[in-house]
Amino acid sequence: MAAGGVIRSSLRTIPIFLYWAFMSSLSSSSVAARDIVALEGATKRFPGIVANDSVDLSIRQGEVHVLLGENGAGKSTLIGMLSGLLQPDEGRILVDGKPTPITSPRHALALGIGTVFQHMMLVPTLTVAENLLLGGPWWQRPRTEELAARVAEITSTLGITVKLHAKVSELSLGEQQQVEILRAMVRNSRLLILDESTSMLTPKGIDELGALMRRLVEQGLAIVFITHKLKEAAAFGDRISVLKLGRKVGEIPPERFRALGEQAIISEIVELMFGKQKDDPEAVERPIRTVRAEAAPLLQVADLAVAPTDNAPGLSSISFDIRPGEILGIAGIDGNGQKQLAEALAGQRAATGGSVQLEGVAIEALSVGERRRRGLRYLTDDRLGEGTVGTFPVSINFFLKQVGAAPFWRKGVEQRAEIEKRAAQLVREYDVRTPSLKTPVARLSGGNIQKVLLARELAEGAKVVIFNKPTYGLDLANTLASRQRIRDTAARGLAVLLISTDLEELLSMCDRIAVIANGALVGTVKNADDARTKVGRLMIGLAA
Amino acid sequence: MSIDTAPTVSATALDATSGAATRRDILHRLLMTLGPILAALVIAGCILLAVGVDPLAYYGFVLEKGLFSPLGIQQTLTRMAPLLFLAAGLIVAFRAGMWNLGGDGQFLLGAVTAAASAPVFVQIMPSWLALTCSFLIAMVVAMIWSLVPALLRAYQGVNEIITTLMMTFLGTSLANVLVKLVFRDPGTTVPQTRTLPVEDRLPRLFDTTITSGLLLGLAAIVIVHLVMTRTAFGLKLRIVGANPRAAIHAGLGVPGLTIAVFAISAGLAGVAGAVDIIGVQGNVRADWNPAYGLAVIPAVFLARMNGFAAIGFVFLLSVLSIGGESAARRLGVPNHFTLVLVSIVLIMLALAEYFDHRYNQSRRA
Repeated sequence: MAAGGVIRSSLRTIPIFLYWAFMSSLSSSSVAARDIVALEGATKRFPGIVANDSVDLSIRQGEVHVLLGENGAGKSTLIGMLSGLLQPDEGRILVDGKPTPITSPRHALALGIGTVFQHMMLVPTLTVAENLLLGGPWWQRPRTEELAARVAEITSTLGITVKLHAKVSELSLGEQQQVEILRAMVRNSRLLILDESTSMLTPKGIDELGALMRRLVEQGLAIVFITHKLKEAAAFGDRISVLKLGRKVGEIPPERFRALGEQAIISEIVELMFGKQKDDPEAVERPIRTVRAEAAPLLQVADLAVAPTDNAPGLSSISFDIRPGEILGIAGIDGNGQKQLAEALAGQRAATGGSVQLEGVAIEALSVGERRRRGLRYLTDDRLGEGTVGTFPVSINFFLKQVGAAPFWRKGVEQRAEIEKRAAQLVREYDVRTPSLKTPVARLSGGNIQKVLLARELAEGAKVVIFNKPTYGLDLANTLASRQRIRDTAARGLAVLLISTDLEELLSMCDRIAVIANGALVGTVKNADDARTKVGRLMIGLAA
Repeated sequence: MSIDTAPTVSATALDATSGAATRRDILHRLLMTLGPILAALVIAGCILLAVGVDPLAYYGFVLEKGLFSPLGIQQTLTRMAPLLFLAAGLIVAFRAGMWNLGGDGQFLLGAVTAAASAPVFVQIMPSWLALTCSFLIAMVVAMIWSLVPALLRAYQGVNEIITTLMMTFLGTSLANVLVKLVFRDPGTTVPQTRTLPVEDRLPRLFDTTITSGLLLGLAAIVIVHLVMTRTAFGLKLRIVGANPRAAIHAGLGVPGLTIAVFAISAGLAGVAGAVDIIGVQGNVRADWNPAYGLAVIPAVFLARMNGFAAIGFVFLLSVLSIGGESAARRLGVPNHFTLVLVSIVLIMLALAEYFDHRYNQSRRA
């Protein structure tokens, strides 16, 4: 609390801070902490769905309030209402106990509600200082010295360092996030909303964020932390609210939270979220599959190298084999060359050396399309950025990689009946939930877009499939379904390369796990009992 | 989008309610189109009042000379021929996400090469073959002219808006130089190319003065529309336009397609120039630049790059420009007022769309 006193006393010059300091000293002296912001029976409807159904929520200072729920549980809608982007249809929002409609994001900021959105909202070509100064009055010169002093105060109490004159594009995602949090702090936020903030971070970055949140609440802030990862909720929260299909299905208050251990909390959350299941639902026993060791490898990669670019590491001497029916995992911290490896294999990125053989035939000189025709499939992790054309109908997106091929095109002319027929078949087979085949694919949820991609890549002719982060950002049901597809793929005798940053996922599915670091494979481990520790040691740079 | 047929099951099930809904929809679309046009006419009328011209007299004159008088409508339809080719070229480029704004340079170079070659060819070969050869030469020259921006965009990622605009400045100047220095008709004192005899030009339709180039233009734009919406090639171009990264991921040869798009777009602009010369003008005078290429851009946008809708908007543009030219002579309103009017219409339509979108959003939220 000493640190909190420092920041408070040094910021007295600014009226709103004075007010805040006054309010917080009032409330900390009272017995029960007051709600900074509260939702009462907030309901929000969109065409066809009730996104939030009469949700009550109380957000108090000095607490990390975790909002937990699967994709589509209504978390984003709730955040939208708190940050002024959406207005509730029913119910009301109380700020400091008074009913206050939050009319715009600007209004939310003025009320002291700062939001760090899932996707970074900084201007990459500007420096950190310039980003922090954005939004000031246009008739004034930006007050750079004042800002530097404020930032120095805030960062010193939080124990983070921020390079004010670095360009945002040069910062890592974790550093960018710190800048966003700092921006909210500079604007005197007393409630900080972090929307899926860990989804882009490395494990180390996640821990750092957790520690930072702890220091922030110690200074008297309130934090709303949105996630769908149970372990983070248990590790970082003081209070947990669970949302399910727009309703709040339960809350674990701080007293109870402290009384329970991490495992007990997780099992309680699981019970709230999934009803009957008690155990960690992601832990699936890995079926013992026999990979015939004598079978010739389907994919052989030897000494593959890719030159580094400005914003991506290169690859050096990557070598591995995958046999039919085998799943080879690539573990590693995000950004160590996983995407480059996948793209080099698929032919999207030029290799500077090495060989790639499919069924013993060299394919490293072939184009993307030719590699695909020979049975090499790449399921990208960037579903909307490159995997699909968002404005095109679902039906066409199934065939993006086959444009011009019979029977869907004859002599270059589109055969609509054939396309519709096959698309309807794939929609049924892969359980794609779509209003119609004509629906633009970007309107589907992440899980259903992933099903479209799975259907496209696993359709006839696949021999080797590269999955890049296949369950990234999916909710539990879709994660489990995708994993089952991958297992089935291997069971059909295909060779699978599974790139993932989720170690549990790799341990539950792979036959062997290779670890990538700085663009090179630092070791390969057979997935046996001690694989977890071995892979973990390789990931942090120790020999297995 | 390329798939328009609704699943039959839902179509029949919703038949009872959808009748009223579609009627409301059509009414809404009509209102959204006619409302802004009326507003634009009022605003342009205010400008006319400000310069001391009776707007009703002006509009009446434009309509009479551009649409209702027999001679006017024939001129309007004749004017459509080059505009349709230009629109077809723009549809290909815009749908592929490439902003070829160099239409005027390509148009003029096509026009000059057609004007220079046609009078020579008709003396040594049958008329139809001569004209075909002139068309081809005009097309190829325009294609070559587009090669610089195409290569820069395809392999270096240089923004084609800038390069095509720069090339159009060079192109118009080069066309002028060619007329004055290389292809100048020695038989006249005015700097212009040799004139193609009227009997060797494209035939006129029936007993009118309408050029048969109109039919060629209509064919070109319909073919372009069908290619873009119904064929694998068109779909590939649309993928490149809608999401270039998806195109790379799907294994399309993006640089090759880029060059093809520029070639087709510029080729059609070159043919537009040729069709105007071989069909109507007969020669190119020095400093001649009708700037059709820029005038067509708003029409293509209003049509949302749909070929059939573009025919309608090109017709409207022709009426306005033919009527406007006559009105300019009679009422002393500058010729460029046509473009002022078209621009106001475009801005009003865009504004209407913006507010409609905002309204829908707020109603939904």
